[in-house]
Amino acid sequence: MTKISMKVNGEAVSGEVEGRTLLVQFLRDHLGLTGTHVGCDTGQCGACVVHVDGESVKACNMLAAAADGAEVMTIEGMAAPDGTLSVIQAAFQEHHGLQCGFCTPGMVMSAADLLNRNANPSEAEVRAYLEGNICRCTGYHNIVKAILAAAATLRGEAVAAE
Amino acid sequence: MYAFDYQKAGSVSDALAALKAEDAQPISGGQTLIPTLKARLAAPSALIDLSGIAEMKGIEVAGGMVKIGGAVTHQSVADHAGVKAAIPALAQLAAHIGDPAVRHKGTIGGSVANNDPSACYPSACLGLGATIHSSAGDMAADEFFQGMFATALDAGQIVTGVSFPIPEKAAYMKFVQPASRFALVGVFVSKGAGGVRVAVTGASESGVFRWTAAEDALAGNFSPDSVPPAPAADGMIGDIHGSPEYRAHLVAVMTKRAVKAC
Repeated sequence: MTKISMKVNGEAVSGEVEGRTLLVQFLRDHLGLTGTHVGCDTGQCGACVVHVDGESVKACNMLAAAADGAEVMTIEGMAAPDGTLSVIQAAFQEHHGLQCGFCTPGMVMSAADLLNRNANPSEAEVRAYLEGNICRCTGYHNIVKAILAAAATLRGEAVAAE
Repeated sequence: MYAFDYQKAGSVSDALAALKAEDAQPISGGQTLIPTLKARLAAPSALIDLSGIAEMKGIEVAGGMVKIGGAVTHQSVADHAGVKAAIPALAQLAAHIGDPAVRHKGTIGGSVANNDPSACYPSACLGLGATIHSSAGDMAADEFFQGMFATALDAGQIVTGVSFPIPEKAAYMKFVQPASRFALVGVFVSKGAGGVRVAVTGASESGVFRWTAAEDALAGNFSPDSVPPAPAADGMIGDIHGSPEYRAHLVAVMTKRAVKAC
């Protein structure tokens, strides 16, 4: 067992893990942060996407011990402490960017990563950036719409109501 | 996954010392190795993490070469202004490996050392005539890749970086397997001081290879029309994604597209 410590959503946390403990297991089973989902467990579906040191990674495809000393952000860190949704989350709600919601934490985290890198993505860039996030309900259309709307809001532009 | 110990290496010498332990194995970005471990296809006693080794994290563009450290992620290669200016095809190749979250973790050293028969980077190494830097010394890409998942390295040796000569022109064309984004067939073509090189990934059961018939034809006339008919299907990979004949056909098609894009 190895002792690890990291910052998760701004809070210092620590725990004892095996070498083979995945970051997603540490977040869900050790810290009780079950917002990060395990969909495929093979690194393909993207339901487990979190940010590690500011970049999106698949938490089912990274060892917990490898994140020792890192700053991790999960879906639980997106809304304000009083529960006010982040701009991206609010846009998913507004534009019906989810149905069953299982993929949504990963979608939101990938969207946040995209908008950190590119404040004004085209629709094609949004679709390309989501290639590692699989959704079996929405057909992606409203997810893309939500992310484009969130980008516009974050740029300070008024978004036309439909 | 079977149980293993985990250790972050702080330097190349640290890593090599730790890798002397029986059944210890290096891990870099882990984007291939972790799924492999989950499937219990490997049972290392210890994983030695190379991804934090500072001396393997640089990118240098100088003296007609692009030198990339083994622990540099795909995203860092894709974003690097110097790489984009010197060998745009290489930055573009890196920008289309896997998906964004995979590119943030996966490294060039890991990809090259693993030599997956459908990985993108081995074709760039072979197609540009790169030098592979390793703990066992420097090797030409032509000698380094030795068949599917096989390289010139022995257990306990690691790839520390790759140097690519800057070509006159180059392009990489990948026909993606839509679920995995691996190359069903990918072709890297370059024209430079070393002549014309055509390297093919994803197609052969022997891993990445140079299509010398196309190189010879293109050396005479560098045009898509010079690309020879598809190579023989013998020895090409056949699976649910495509037959050997289909892959052989794609080799010629993707070579033409790459030459056109140069």
